Amino acid sequence: MQRFTCPFCGLRDEREFSFAGESGKTRPDTAAEVSDADWSAYLFTGTNPRGRTDEIWVHTPCQEYFRMIRDTVTMEVLETVPLRRDPS
Amino acid sequence: MSYRHNDSGRLIDRSQTLTFTFDGKTFTGHPGDTLASALLAGDRMLVGRSFKYHRPRGIVASGVEEPNALVNMGHGNRMEPNQRATTTELFDGLTAVSQNRWPTLDSDIGAMNAAIARFLPAGFYYKTFLWPRAFWKNVYEPFIRQSAGLGRAPTEADPDSYEHFHVHTDVLVVGGGVAGLAAAKAAAATGLKVLVLEQTHYWGGRTPVDGGKIDGMPAQEWIDATVAELEAMRNVTLRTRTMGAGVYDHGYALGYERLTDHAPDAEGPRHRLWRIRARQIVTATGAIERPLAFAGNDVPGVMLASAMRDYLVNWGVVPGQRIVVATNNDDGYRTAIVLKKAGLDVLRILDAREAGGGALMQEARDLGLRIDCGRGIGKVSGGKRVKKVQICVTTGTGGAMEALDCDAVAMAGGWSPVVHLWSHCGGKLVWDDAQAHFRPDPAKAPTGADGLPFVTTAGSASGPMALGSVLQDGAAAGTRAAKAAGGKGRAPKVPVAEDVEEAAMLPVWQMPARAEYRLKSKSWLDFQNDVKVSDVELAAREGFESVEHTKRYTTLGMATDQGKLSNINGLAVLAGALQKPIPQVGTTTFRPPYTPISIGAIGGSARGDIFQPVRMTPMHAWHDVHGADWEPVGQWRRPYAYPQQGEKVEEAVQREVTNTRDNVGLLDASTLGKILVRGPDAGRFLDMLYTNMMSTLKVGRCRYGLMCSENGFLIDDGVVARVGEDAWLCHTTTGGADRIHAHMEEWLQTEWWDWKVHVANLTEQYAQIAVVGPKARQLLESLGGMDLSAETLPFMAWADGELGGIGVRVYRISFSGELSFEIAVRAGQGLALWEKLVEAGKAFGVMPYGTEALHIMRAEKGFIMIGDETDGTVIPQDLGLDWAISKKKTDYLGKRAQERSHMTDPTRWKLVGLETEDGSVLPDGAYAVGRGKNANGQLVTQGRVTSSYHSPTLGRGIAMGLVLHGPDRMGEVLEFPGTDDKVYRAKIVNPVFFDPEGAKQNV
Repeated sequence: MQRFTCPFCGLRDEREFSFAGESGKTRPDTAAEVSDADWSAYLFTGTNPRGRTDEIWVHTPCQEYFRMIRDTVTMEVLETVPLRRDPS
Repeated sequence: MSYRHNDSGRLIDRSQTLTFTFDGKTFTGHPGDTLASALLAGDRMLVGRSFKYHRPRGIVASGVEEPNALVNMGHGNRMEPNQRATTTELFDGLTAVSQNRWPTLDSDIGAMNAAIARFLPAGFYYKTFLWPRAFWKNVYEPFIRQSAGLGRAPTEADPDSYEHFHVHTDVLVVGGGVAGLAAAKAAAATGLKVLVLEQTHYWGGRTPVDGGKIDGMPAQEWIDATVAELEAMRNVTLRTRTMGAGVYDHGYALGYERLTDHAPDAEGPRHRLWRIRARQIVTATGAIERPLAFAGNDVPGVMLASAMRDYLVNWGVVPGQRIVVATNNDDGYRTAIVLKKAGLDVLRILDAREAGGGALMQEARDLGLRIDCGRGIGKVSGGKRVKKVQICVTTGTGGAMEALDCDAVAMAGGWSPVVHLWSHCGGKLVWDDAQAHFRPDPAKAPTGADGLPFVTTAGSASGPMALGSVLQDGAAAGTRAAKAAGGKGRAPKVPVAEDVEEAAMLPVWQMPARAEYRLKSKSWLDFQNDVKVSDVELAAREGFESVEHTKRYTTLGMATDQGKLSNINGLAVLAGALQKPIPQVGTTTFRPPYTPISIGAIGGSARGDIFQPVRMTPMHAWHDVHGADWEPVGQWRRPYAYPQQGEKVEEAVQREVTNTRDNVGLLDASTLGKILVRGPDAGRFLDMLYTNMMSTLKVGRCRYGLMCSENGFLIDDGVVARVGEDAWLCHTTTGGADRIHAHMEEWLQTEWWDWKVHVANLTEQYAQIAVVGPKARQLLESLGGMDLSAETLPFMAWADGELGGIGVRVYRISFSGELSFEIAVRAGQGLALWEKLVEAGKAFGVMPYGTEALHIMRAEKGFIMIGDETDGTVIPQDLGLDWAISKKKTDYLGKRAQERSHMTDPTRWKLVGLETEDGSVLPDGAYAVGRGKNANGQLVTQGRVTSSYHSPTLGRGIAMGLVLHGPDRMGEVLEFPGTDDKVYRAKIVNPVFFDPEGAKQNV
């Protein structure tokens, strides 16, 4: 069982976390025309790289979503980064 | 015969005698015996039958790799099948019964299978699917069903207790043999926390059996001294009877401690699961000897050479008096020497190597043993006991040169490191040509959270088998692990031993090398599952090239020993048949646990009442006292109905519906999700989340809304109330509260992070009571405190106020079609209000109602239920809910997806009502069949039932369903074949069965 660092709560067991998606995926602007291909790419296509990955995870108990950079081959956890920013 | 030989037996206490039974017959043994050693001492060589052919089988090994000696232990609620006799410590009163035989072990009807063995080749099971079709139902299936499964499952609940133990350590050492002890000593010297697990009840592994001197003293003395030294260290924890079961990511490991298996009357938990987080893990898991594949290698009395040595030295037991030893390496000679020195008759040593061995061979020769080099076993004869061995040339086809009458055979095929724990988490292996085994590749270790190796192997688990190198490797591993875990300080002196020089071994995968089919088809690889050399070769001929496929096709290595005994032999035979080098064929995947662990240990204390936390509403205890029939809904328990004295549950449901429609009913609706969404951008946010417009809702009003996933599918529904200028309260389904809250957080944190909104899950802050029925207003007015008239509080409005002195918020919403008020109070006052309503309601005929009455009433009104009408593939448009989808909004979650071609396909099944012609209740989930058959020869389907009930209001069955072109087919009759062989006929009707004008709720 892996261990990840929640930016809010600290080091916790993997079972407290869920994968939420790959980083950097932006919802297409639906006010404009979005082709079927673009939409299905947004919904279903991931890069699923071997090695270094950049992902969004959530720490279920505190509901914090954050970015995690890790290596799927070595299991190394390189960095966890909060998404929190000041909206103003 | 097998018997207790002399006064040897270092592990047993002969001063005490224990009594036990096997298949009803009484035997005796001593403390320190295993069930296997005690059975052998009592001349019980035949202990089981093989799975497929029911071949008579004896004990072949002395440890976890034993494939044959599996017994059914205990009786009643402590009965347990498939217990390995070689790892079962004997206790007084033990009862064991053999398995996979009928009527008795000695005369077993299933042994007929052996006679038809050539019709049960590798992949027999898969081949039965091919043809002829009729055979499957009448011949194959009854046969396979009857023979499936080994042992019988217990039928009673387990009375024992189990627990979990969480522990952190710097260094975990798995294995308490000499390598593990040397590693622990080296690691502990740095002051780090060290935990050592040993699966047996004694330390030192097999070194005291194999002999040798460590640091100038006998091995046992060194072991005792080292254990004493470690026990005295405060940073070291030692545990016997605890197996390292698995290694997982980031230094997580599981240990399996068997506390009372050997002493069933002792207090405390039976098994304990150690959940360990270690900075570094040392696997000192030893090695396992391989059998040799010759014809008849499964006849009782054929044993691993090392096991024969173990039985003699550890327990003073020998399997026979006239013994033949077959070996392809020098270690086999150790067994011959030990046997000879104990005064046994070793008839012959057959050394597969033309040149023979080294110093050990010389020692054997000096003892007067006869050694034949370049010779092997062509065939072992005997049914339930070895009778004769035919000697052949190792490189030949099996022609017998000579036959020897004997009663036991020792086979030594070389040693394979136990690489399981190393491999569990991704450690790679490398083929060692000299020793013909796979060993850990230190350059490719499992890596942890820092990307650095966290597992290191020690001793024979690394590959070297000689005592001196084992100790050296063990100590080095301990030092390495401690350093990686941050330990400092000088490593202690490495223990030394002098090794006997050994000659090179010769890989022998089939004995003799060019054996004919008749011999190969009797040369066992997997003993328990009956996989022979000929089966693996057949799989290769039939095109199975991948080792993983061959494993599943032949079942090689799929028995309870998981290939510990002879997987390498099987891989080598496959490689030979494919004419590929062994490393190219590779190994199958090693998965935890190392040996089977009890389900009880995995569950730990989480069983019965504390299996999982139960969520209770503030009125939970009231419901319980008033006879609630509970239904689990997520982690909540909700009353399904409140049966009264002498009333059946289904009768109670019908009464509750009728009373609510005629008088007034109370429903505990506290479990519904209540999520507050607040902030300047809250309206905009909810417009994205719901399919309809929420931003235009006026303060004081409520609106029903649908939520879809970005895929377009309906995920939740509920009533939204605008509770302030910038605040909305969203009601979700009971099961949806946490999920929808998470869904909101995800969008707010990841996509619309700059929107000024926050959400709070207030589900447990409020109790909510639905007061439903024509007398609902009268009941509430009798409590007094606020104006609930239709003018002040119209349908789909809410108001704050007071009822019977309790602060409340009243929502006038209805999920039943009745005049209905949902009253929210602070959770702490939920029970008080409920009791006031029950008391005041007596005058109005109030009765509580449960979830089933709720379901029936909503179905009578044609209201959908998430999870009944939806299943993750249904969009709101399928359910005729287009009215709840805003046409004005440019976007909401799911909108774009609902425009995809599959979502707008006119042949999507749509919601309709269904009425049986005879008034009966349609089976829930039944499919409507059409004319003709599909490509698979099945009847064409054109719809399915999503909800089905008996309606007391209408006095007959009502149902909803999704039907092809349903709304255009009103009045048409569909046929629904039931699983009871009846065909139900039902007419398509409007899904609103009751009060379509809504007259009852708008009063």
